Amino acid sequence: MGEGPIPESTRRGNLPPLELYVPEPRYRPGDVVDYSHLPVPPAGQLPRPDESCEAAETWPLTLDMIRVLDEDDRAVGAWNPGLDAETLRRMLRMMALTRAFDDRMYRGQRQGKTSFYMKSVGEEAISVAHAQALARDDMVFPTYRQQGILISRGYPLVEMINQIYSNRADTLKGRQLPVMYSARDYGFFSISGNLATQLPQAVGWGMASAIKGDTRVASAFVGEGSSAEGDFHAAMTFAAVYNAPVVLNLVNNQWAISSFSGFAGAERTTFAARATGYGIAGLRVDGNDALAVYAASRWAADRARANKGPTLIEHFTYRAEGHSTSDDPSAYRSAQEREEWPLGDPIMRLKKHLIALGEWSEEQQEAMDRELVDQVKVATKEAEKNGVLGHGLHHPFHTMFEDVFEELPWHLEEQAAQAIREREIKWPHWKEEGRSDGHD
Amino acid sequence: MVMIEEAAAGVHDAPTRHMNMIEAINDALDIMMGRDDDIVILGEDVGYFGGVFRATAGLQKKYGRNRVFDSPINECGIVGAAVGMAAYGLRPVPEIQFADYIYPGLDQLVSEAARMRYRSAGEFTAPITIRSPFGGGIFGGQTHSQSPEALFTHVAGLKTVIPCTPRDAKGLLIAAIEDNDPVIFFEPKRIYNGPFDGYYDKPSRTWKGHPGGDVPEGYYRIPLGKARIVREGAALTVLSYGTMIHVAEAVLAEKGIDAEIIDLRTLVPLDIEAVEKSVEKTGKCLVIHEATRTSGFGAELVALVQERCFYHLEAPVERVTGFDTPYPHSLEWAYFPGPVRIGEAVDRLMKD
Repeated sequence: MGEGPIPESTRRGNLPPLELYVPEPRYRPGDVVDYSHLPVPPAGQLPRPDESCEAAETWPLTLDMIRVLDEDDRAVGAWNPGLDAETLRRMLRMMALTRAFDDRMYRGQRQGKTSFYMKSVGEEAISVAHAQALARDDMVFPTYRQQGILISRGYPLVEMINQIYSNRADTLKGRQLPVMYSARDYGFFSISGNLATQLPQAVGWGMASAIKGDTRVASAFVGEGSSAEGDFHAAMTFAAVYNAPVVLNLVNNQWAISSFSGFAGAERTTFAARATGYGIAGLRVDGNDALAVYAASRWAADRARANKGPTLIEHFTYRAEGHSTSDDPSAYRSAQEREEWPLGDPIMRLKKHLIALGEWSEEQQEAMDRELVDQVKVATKEAEKNGVLGHGLHHPFHTMFEDVFEELPWHLEEQAAQAIREREIKWPHWKEEGRSDGHD
Repeated sequence: MVMIEEAAAGVHDAPTRHMNMIEAINDALDIMMGRDDDIVILGEDVGYFGGVFRATAGLQKKYGRNRVFDSPINECGIVGAAVGMAAYGLRPVPEIQFADYIYPGLDQLVSEAARMRYRSAGEFTAPITIRSPFGGGIFGGQTHSQSPEALFTHVAGLKTVIPCTPRDAKGLLIAAIEDNDPVIFFEPKRIYNGPFDGYYDKPSRTWKGHPGGDVPEGYYRIPLGKARIVREGAALTVLSYGTMIHVAEAVLAEKGIDAEIIDLRTLVPLDIEAVEKSVEKTGKCLVIHEATRTSGFGAELVALVQERCFYHLEAPVERVTGFDTPYPHSLEWAYFPGPVRIGEAVDRLMKD
């Protein structure tokens, strides 16, 4: 027996009106920043379950924070990966190189050498230590802020800069926005400007590796902001269903352009905690602690390789600079946030640890920094020989039509002919760079 | 609500203020939010920050977080939530940060918003206006440059609107918001700050001195489905919209051709009367869009002209478009359907 249609007035005069909740970050431009609300647990306190544990056993780790480097710059606790000094110095070097590279490329964009750049300042430990923890041939599905992985894997800086300048030596033929690298030979998947799309793809790659009885695993990255996309949930579901050998890294750097992490759900629970609902392992790690990142990444990669399934790692960090060269964070957040960030700077922390071990010194650090600045400068000069973006007309016009399909259908051949005819009119002096015959 | 059509007395005499297209869009949103409490704005970065292109600047401060708010990065959620809000009776105006990022919202748009009126026989409707910057010419690469309008014109139940001046942007956006059906409102971001004639190597212009930058104060609407004759002429009809209107104007002026240039303004519903009238007069038709060619909106226009004006045509209808490739980053100006491509088509049309 139904009640019939809803009567015209359903207002319940005795109930309070509903209210819409819209998150608002604690600090806006000019505000004094106080992070005392943000729990920073002491290093070395959390247990480290075996990599083959039940996913549910990681539940407490998703709500806490794995930290290895303590207040006195020592590596402590069960998660201390016990890396040798040489490995630590290598990680420090790669992190510093990433920062030096970012600095130079950012200035290059400001000088008009290219259209766009994205730095990863403050997030170097996540890329570099993660890369160090993976096997060389594990496949990475990055976002646009994991240049540290490419650098760690020894991809030539000159090639990166060629891409950033879209110059004639750019292996991507000038097609992609700067920093949207692709480096298959370095296990680095083609970066998309569309967010979170790479997550289900990484799961698929891991499934393929399992189908073929391979031993390689996949690792994917996503920002906390874009973890709101449906692709994230598709990836988590597929990873859980097929027990896929994949590490899903969620970089929680607090800001997605002007939207703080609350717009991705951070006010309700941690991002790592989402793993529990899907029945997969989850870890939450101090992303500015290279040793903690290494340890968590290694745990997850080993787990995947042992057929024990996927892991979601939340790397808790801070986006120290703007989203990109097109962004001005002073318009929406307090400049003090960066200064007050309670987890410090990842490079400084690893440096101090090495110094505390007696394996490094301030002088060595300064010398290394100078050397890295030079290394980047040399690479930049080398890349500039291949041109900077400028008018952009560095590649033969026919290349614009290649790779849409494996073979050019008639209509693309016709359009290519049109583009080349236009070139002869618009740019009569154009010739293929590095050639004298103007061959197209 | 009193409707003032553009042609009605009053608007042409209304005092005007110089605005760029962003300011005109912001003004339209402001006026409409002031008139109608049911209008809400949601989207990525639209709140405190006021949008990455600043189209919603100041609106959260003025109307509160209950009516202007940031959203999670989830276009499916943005559109889906707007459908639900509309079902309640609100009139959401969501922003999709770049048209290139609209695809995760496609199911909600195509299968839900577009068909809501039809499948519920009018019980539920989706009076939603989705604003999104589109088009290239800013070295944005393939994920910040696309012109996907034809994907939406192909969907039964969606209206598609594209302004080409600040003045039109304001009046069309107001009409789109008042429309009781879902409207895709694509904003040509290359001309946010000034008209663009296709000569990328010349200094950029602002809207200052362009009549389209003189925007009437207050409320006015430009009805959907009404084209604008940008320039009257007898030699040739140009059908276009958005950025390409300005490029066409420059090319035809340069060639000294007495062309009739029609800014379609609304692709669906199309002002077929204006198209027919002009083509019947000139006997020649050139269709221009920046979007890729195959199955582009130009194909629809060419088919319509052929179906309805065949016996008036003195030459095959010409179509100038972007190429059928992803929008390239560095070869942007080789890709862009600029003065040379348009000029060649005009020459072919005018050779007899």
